Amino acid sequence: MTATVPPATPTSGVPAEPAPAPTRGALDQDWRRLVRMGAVGAVAQIFIALSNMPVRLDERVIVKPVLSLGYLTLLIVPFAAGHRVGHQIKREGVPVHAAGAHEVAGGAACGALAGGGLSLLAVLLANFDLREPLVNWSPMLAELLAFGNETWFAVVVWLVIGTACGAAGGALRLLGPRTRRAVVTMALAVGGAAVLEPLVVDLAEGMRLEALTDRLYARRGGVNWTSGLGLAAASGILAALGRGRLQQARAHIAELEGASRTRTNGLLILATAAVLVILPLFAGKLTNELLANVGLFVLLALGLNIVVGLAGILDLGYVAFFAVGSYSAAVLTAATSPRINPELPWLVALIVVVVITGLVGLFIGAPVIRMRGDYLAIVTLGFGEIIRLIFLSDWLSGWFGGSQGITKIPGAGIFGLTDVAGTDPRRVFYLVLAFCAIAIYVSWRLERSRLGRAWMAVREDETVAEAMGINTVNVKLLAFVVGAVLGSFSGAIFSAKVGSVFPNSFLILVSIVILVVVIFGGMGNIVGVIAGSAVLIGVLGGPKQPGLLAEFSEFKLLIYGALLIWMMLARPEGLIPSVRRSRELHQQEMAQDAWLKGQVEDDNHNDGGSPKAAPAT
Amino acid sequence: MTAANGTGRGPGADAANGTSRRPLLETRDLSVDFGGLHALDRLDFEVHEGEIVSVIGPNGAGKTTLFNAITATVETSAGDILFEGSSLLGLDPNRVTARGIARTFQNVRLFANMTVLENVMVSQHCRTRQHAFGALFYTPSFRREEAEIRERAENVLSFFGSRLVGYRFDQPAFTLSYANRRRLEIARAMATQPKLILLDEPVAGMNPVESAELTGMIGRLRDEWGFAIVVIEHHMDVVREVSDRVVVLDHGTKIADGDFEDVSNDPRVIEAYLGHGATT
Ligand SMILES: Nc1ncnc2c1ncn2[C@@H]1O[C@H](COP(=O)(O)OP(=O)(O)O)[C@@H](O)[C@H]1O
Ligand SMILES: [Mg+2]
Repeated sequence: MTATVPPATPTSGVPAEPAPAPTRGALDQDWRRLVRMGAVGAVAQIFIALSNMPVRLDERVIVKPVLSLGYLTLLIVPFAAGHRVGHQIKREGVPVHAAGAHEVAGGAACGALAGGGLSLLAVLLANFDLREPLVNWSPMLAELLAFGNETWFAVVVWLVIGTACGAAGGALRLLGPRTRRAVVTMALAVGGAAVLEPLVVDLAEGMRLEALTDRLYARRGGVNWTSGLGLAAASGILAALGRGRLQQARAHIAELEGASRTRTNGLLILATAAVLVILPLFAGKLTNELLANVGLFVLLALGLNIVVGLAGILDLGYVAFFAVGSYSAAVLTAATSPRINPELPWLVALIVVVVITGLVGLFIGAPVIRMRGDYLAIVTLGFGEIIRLIFLSDWLSGWFGGSQGITKIPGAGIFGLTDVAGTDPRRVFYLVLAFCAIAIYVSWRLERSRLGRAWMAVREDETVAEAMGINTVNVKLLAFVVGAVLGSFSGAIFSAKVGSVFPNSFLILVSIVILVVVIFGGMGNIVGVIAGSAVLIGVLGGPKQPGLLAEFSEFKLLIYGALLIWMMLARPEGLIPSVRRSRELHQQEMAQDAWLKGQVEDDNHNDGGSPKAAPAT
Repeated sequence: MTAANGTGRGPGADAANGTSRRPLLETRDLSVDFGGLHALDRLDFEVHEGEIVSVIGPNGAGKTTLFNAITATVETSAGDILFEGSSLLGLDPNRVTARGIARTFQNVRLFANMTVLENVMVSQHCRTRQHAFGALFYTPSFRREEAEIRERAENVLSFFGSRLVGYRFDQPAFTLSYANRRRLEIARAMATQPKLILLDEPVAGMNPVESAELTGMIGRLRDEWGFAIVVIEHHMDVVREVSDRVVVLDHGTKIADGDFEDVSNDPRVIEAYLGHGATT
């Protein structure tokens, strides 16, 4: 394997100081690459425009009055293309050329090509009737592209804008790491303020800080351009002053060991918990609703993470357990449940729900678990759908109400102390929070146990795991059941929160979204999974739940897909990877690094001169 | 069973040297077919307690298939496999391991992304009990067992001197050198607390010094840990060094069985090797 890759120069001494690399001329471009990137950008822009995203998202203002989310979707493409095209050729980790005019010129040319896509589109829209095959775009698109002027204006202006954005993207490469960090921080600060607007406004109201948000945000939404500038300046200065302190602190924490590590982790967890407990007190309905939705998906994602992330079982029908949890909780608690209605208190019902879901997990798992890989994925996909169809069927409509579902489900009462009705999102959030804590604890403990190790071994190599004495069927089944039970928590809370369950709340889409959350966040990593839920569900929204960018709802799946593809290409280990996962995906580099550090070499050396060697023959 | 070396050397360990009435492992008329190919053809093979048996033979002779059949990784088509007097047929591979047979793989198959220590810890699975409950409630017995598992793992790894200890504990297995991967595979097999270890070409790809060292270790595995050992090997110097007995396979049948000198002078063996183009 790679560990034994021979060195290029086995005994090279101190690495030579890299000589300052020369810059390239502005016209010395890799034209094929440039044209290809530009063409891809152009196609992407036409696609985005025709998907009607710019028009629909134009209502969401980011910086008043200069930038809306709609225009942003168009501007980002030439920018990204311009940035990508100027990639640095590195030889043995050292850039061959320094960044310079070459990057800006290349970016500009590439951006112009991408922008040209919209120019072309503007011409096409004006001269041909494109409505027939392409139904999605609205007539306002032409107006939006031309900024209310004639077509020729659109043609010119998009070439100019594309060039400018591309040049800006290329220019990003000229910046030193510090300046770049400042620029990125500034963009993130303004973008974040705009995205989080509903949340911030809501919180500010709760804390009686309306004066602040009134200044920051324009009345009809969006960051005021003046305060936007202020925000950018402030964050830029902070970033420059901070100089990556945050990263240093993080590296420092990562290096801590033993007791001090435990203490730091404990403090971090405590602080997070405190914020999460206190925050909702100041937050209004909207924020709490959002947090509760995110929490429900955190629960689901943590459950699926055990199945997919730890045990390596690609379960595409995870929604089945969410559905079973919801429906059984509904049947057990609702007075209106068609067949039996024991009207159990929620907490008592939950125990029964856990047992039922666990059994269903066993029942589905038993036949499925003996398969491997693709076959297993397809079969679980089928089971996920079968469960939904069972709830929908006429055959069992006497039990589950068929397509009418079960309605008027009471809230979740806890020992008569509180009654968490769906109408009070704050209480729902606290309930979700409590169960998330349980799920996190379960994931954390199991991962560091005999069982967790066995799951990992099964994920690594099932045949060998079996040969090392692990009953892989049992172990995988257990992963399935633990995942099912965590999913059922989410289901039981969901039905109490919403107050009704219908079969079409449990489409395959839910399975996919949860899987995307897990992959996006970082498979096998608890923090990653939580971050994934917060970003995807909180910002973009869940299958039916609106997120902070509610305007996205129509395009949610498109963006999920794009994000997933981008993630797989750029950062396959996810947003916050588990150490193990990123090792797995970067095995080669790691092995080479280890070799470079002389670890493997020193090992060979050891082997060569071992005095303990048995008498040679 | 508390310590890793608590196994082996049970009653009857004194019955080594192939003189015991009942072998530790015995195959009777064992056949394995792949389509029309008889990978093993009515093979009788036995290992006694405390014995080191080498299995040699040209490539494709069926040596690995014999290991696979014993560990239930391939299906047998006829015959029986007896371990300590009772049949292994029909058992899942993990049950075979639990009964006391561990193996290594010809093409090293570690849990590449688990650490060195975890590789050895996870291999004690069938000798330990704690389940989800203990882990969730962090019970005293769970903690005790975790400590024991770790201690045993460290103990097993220290068998290889300084090679797999210290900072190596926490290195992912794939960063190890080739020789160390082979060692870790053996450590993993040892951690399952077997009575019999099957080593499939343990020195393949090692340099002469490493290979000589491992040869010595195979002897120590028997002497210090009490394992019976079957080793598939192509290097004749290793075979001569370690084996109490040598079994030669060709085309799935046994063509010779005896001590190294007899076997290496057997005309059928010489013919089998020369006829196939020897791989030594
Ligand atoms: N899983 C399998 N499927 C089909 N043929 C196999 C399989 N495993 C081994 N064989 C065949 O069985 C014969 C014996 O193989 P093997 O036991 O691996 O030989 P070796 O003695 O070199 O270890 C070979 O001809 C090989 O091609
Ligand atoms: Mg072989």
